[in-house]
Amino acid sequence: MKIRAVAFNTFKEAIRDRVLYLLLFFAAASLIFSRILALLTVGDKTKIIMDAGLASISLFGVLMAILMGTGLVYKEIDKKTVYTLLSKPINRLQFLLGKFFGLMTTLFIMLGVMSLIFIIILLLHSGQITWKFFVSIAFIYLELGLITSVALLFSCFSTPILSSIFSLSFYLIGHLSWGIETLIKKMKPGVTKFLTQVVYTLLPDLENFNFKTEVVHNLPIPPKIFLFSFFYGIIYTFFILVLSMLVFRRRDFI
Amino acid sequence: MSEAKVLEIKDLHKSFKSGFLGKKIKILKGISLEVKQGEIFGYLGPNGAGKTSTLKCILGLIFPDKGRINIFGFDHLSTKAKQKIGFLPENPYFYDYLTASEFLNFYNQLFQKQKTENIDDLLKLVGIEKSGNTQLRKFSKGMLQRLALAQTLLNDPELVLLDEPLGGLDPIGRKEIRDIILKLKQKGKTVFLSSHILQDIEMICDRVAVLVNGEVINQGRLEDLVSQEILFTEMTVSQINPRELEKFGKTLTQYGNRSLIKIYDPDKVQEILQIIDEKKGKVHSLVPRTQTLEDIFVGMVKQK
Repeated sequence: MKIRAVAFNTFKEAIRDRVLYLLLFFAAASLIFSRILALLTVGDKTKIIMDAGLASISLFGVLMAILMGTGLVYKEIDKKTVYTLLSKPINRLQFLLGKFFGLMTTLFIMLGVMSLIFIIILLLHSGQITWKFFVSIAFIYLELGLITSVALLFSCFSTPILSSIFSLSFYLIGHLSWGIETLIKKMKPGVTKFLTQVVYTLLPDLENFNFKTEVVHNLPIPPKIFLFSFFYGIIYTFFILVLSMLVFRRRDFI
Repeated sequence: MSEAKVLEIKDLHKSFKSGFLGKKIKILKGISLEVKQGEIFGYLGPNGAGKTSTLKCILGLIFPDKGRINIFGFDHLSTKAKQKIGFLPENPYFYDYLTASEFLNFYNQLFQKQKTENIDDLLKLVGIEKSGNTQLRKFSKGMLQRLALAQTLLNDPELVLLDEPLGGLDPIGRKEIRDIILKLKQKGKTVFLSSHILQDIEMICDRVAVLVNGEVINQGRLEDLVSQEILFTEMTVSQINPRELEKFGKTLTQYGNRSLIKIYDPDKVQEILQIIDEKKGKVHSLVPRTQTLEDIFVGMVKQK
């Protein structure tokens, strides 16, 4: 009940924020642009629309998660609203979870709106859509959950600007870390390989959530990869939320 | 009045690290105090004495280095304790995108026993019933202070913690809030009032604790702290030469035919009145000055 109350308030704050609509506007423009891009390209136009469209949805979803997530806790402390809120019978874990689920609800709706715009564009062009599209969107949502938890973690101890830089770095590292995996395969066994393996394990691999290629080229999605990506997302998000709680649990609001 | 302890603070210490080298600054240095049921307890101290830090410790917004805080016998961080308290911060900041009703509804959901019907009554009690559907970003400072008081009383708290509740209010607003605090006392509620405005404390508090540099240097009943002994008497007279009265005191000012005379010995006042009567003089005012909380407070702070 208390988590729901904080979540609903966070949702209200987000949907009354102009930044959200600005991002949504650019997301819509970018989706429409994917249709124009298809006209200018030689090859399968549907694939171009799919590729550019899903990339836009993912990118703007991440921007929404970072720009709003990094202010989630910081704003409450900066504006001192946390003083009266935490003087009520609500503990810090409930507060953090409320903030997280509030933004996740907002992102769910925003992702829904962006997907709807995309589906309309796609149906107008080719008249068909596969179930894999929805799988891809579901995994984008799972990735947004992880990004939101990371933004929330940084928001617990840092300013929105720094938190945005950190979260964006996490996102970029997460999408480039697969290169380390390739490197490990080519390395000879030894200490260096072991250390590289450790670094790779610690760094996020957000490519686990990327099913765009399978959707665009209509490739099969092996259930093993599907399940691994799902649990990877859930466990990683849970781990970051626990870390946020540890940071926030004993924080003094001076 | 029952003597049950509502708030008990024992040996509370708090320090903060400051600067690049993390030098420790002690904010609270072993505070101990008890607040009993049904009283208005004044927590008095100059700016930076540690009043707000004490309140933040009570509410779990900062964590003490050492010490114990109990509210109604429960640990101060427990939900049971928090169900029974209401807190008014010094400069209330709220969610400016919410309306007053939305805001109170939100906070109401954080309590076990929710009283939705309460919200309209509370808005009426604090005098902003017409602004229930106005976004808080359009509220003036005074209106925000009133809304802050409404959220404090949302759960019908047994212990009300007020941090500078009369700051930023006009004289009428101050009187209204003072009346609400006195009404709370009549209803048997306990009020912990932190302030540096002595008049507020003197007018409404039963007991006070004086805090200077993070230490409680004195506490007790107001009448025990403030002596009722007359320090001097001020008298405004006319139609009499003030020189005739100078052996009893000192002429402070003269305006027109009126003189303001300060008399140090209270036993001489009767004698002076007789002389004025004999000389056909006129007494316009006679004000005996007893010790005030301000005198005590200034003395204590200077001593410290």
